Amino acid sequence: MRSLLILLVVSPVALAGVLPEDRADAMYHYYDGGGIEIDGPSLLARKAVGEKVSVSASYYVDSISSASIDVVTIGASPNGYSEERTQWGVGVDYLRGDTTMSVGFSTSDENDYEADTLSFGISQEIFGGLTTVTLGYGSGADDVSRRGDAQFAGEIDRNSYRFGITQVLTRNLILGFSYEVVADEGYLNNPYRQVRYVDVNDPRGYATQFEVYPETRASNAAAIRARYHLPYRAALSGEYRFYTDDWGIDAHTIELGYVHPYGARWLFDFRYRFYTQTAADFYSDLFPYADAQNFLARDKELSTLQSHGPHFGVTYTILERQGDSPLKSTANLFIDNYFFSYDDFRDLRGSSSSSVGSEPLYDFDAFVLQVFFSLWF
Amino acid sequence: MRSLALVVISVVLLAGCGRLEPWVKPYERDRLADPIMSFDRNPVSGSYIDHVHEAREGARGASGSAGGGCGCN
Repeated sequence: MRSLLILLVVSPVALAGVLPEDRADAMYHYYDGGGIEIDGPSLLARKAVGEKVSVSASYYVDSISSASIDVVTIGASPNGYSEERTQWGVGVDYLRGDTTMSVGFSTSDENDYEADTLSFGISQEIFGGLTTVTLGYGSGADDVSRRGDAQFAGEIDRNSYRFGITQVLTRNLILGFSYEVVADEGYLNNPYRQVRYVDVNDPRGYATQFEVYPETRASNAAAIRARYHLPYRAALSGEYRFYTDDWGIDAHTIELGYVHPYGARWLFDFRYRFYTQTAADFYSDLFPYADAQNFLARDKELSTLQSHGPHFGVTYTILERQGDSPLKSTANLFIDNYFFSYDDFRDLRGSSSSSVGSEPLYDFDAFVLQVFFSLWF
Repeated sequence: MRSLALVVISVVLLAGCGRLEPWVKPYERDRLADPIMSFDRNPVSGSYIDHVHEAREGARGASGSAGGGCGCN
């Protein structure tokens, strides 16, 4: 990795790169699905300081009200719970020739989870700006706690390594490739979730115990993206991502999109996304007995699942750029729908001891709303 | 995989030292400069949607997410 950095830094091909535009965004986001409602603000601002430095800051809140299937069936809070997560972030980009170096820090805080992440990146334009190569590294430290259990404490160390290329192929076509390795070590369980196992002495027909996950997880993800400008002013987009990890999860993501401007001020976005994954090796909806194996999971995010759904977005330009003035503003309304279905995660609501292991499979729909204003200045 | 990446980048960079000319000239990039051709036109929205996906799916990475806590019980 170090030699790769050196190669990039000493690259003799250097023209002038550009810093990101000065911009501020204020968003309200709302999620409703599977018994969970989450909403809150998200703010992002970026401003150049001189000609070579750009600083950014972000603020994000999730106000969560959860009575999800996990919580109301085999969870610690049968009546649901509410909590709030707050995330702050700051970043600095430094431009030198065609190289942009960046450093960022973010911290996330909720009543039972804290996460700090430090990230570094370097981006180099070559071939007269036709190719951009990016390398990134992130280091995170998380503290996990459990409500109502002062004795419990878990920690996670996270490391991520990222490599990306964007390539202009023709005057209408741009391609992007990215590859990311993530390695986690520590307490990776959800501290509340439990697995179930067959127990004929229990009136439900099953009993429960806490999940046990491995203490390490390493994942690889590779994605390729393309955008094509049509002969009229509109763009097609496509994306495919392959994911695999050492817990046994393989996943495929496909997304197709179309952006269509209307007049000078309107922009309409359409996308459809498909996602599918296999289950973790140690996942089971129903284990045969207690402590049936070293690692135990019944976390539906580790099960065999599919999701798909459309995205619709509309952007209205309130203030258009005039002359040399950088001022511009937009209002945006984005709506996403998701249809999740599970092949081996069963819905235990209303189950009886006679139906253990043959309850209906779980599925749910989710609705996501984003409303935001953007200002370029 | 790391050595493979090293080889690929080395080839790309060494090629850049030669006479390979940019085949899409700066004056031909007006369409590419259009915001509708940006991979991440609205970063505030992109990182939020990445978070929505990561909290509900097993996969992660290679998407541009900012990371952080989960909020996904």
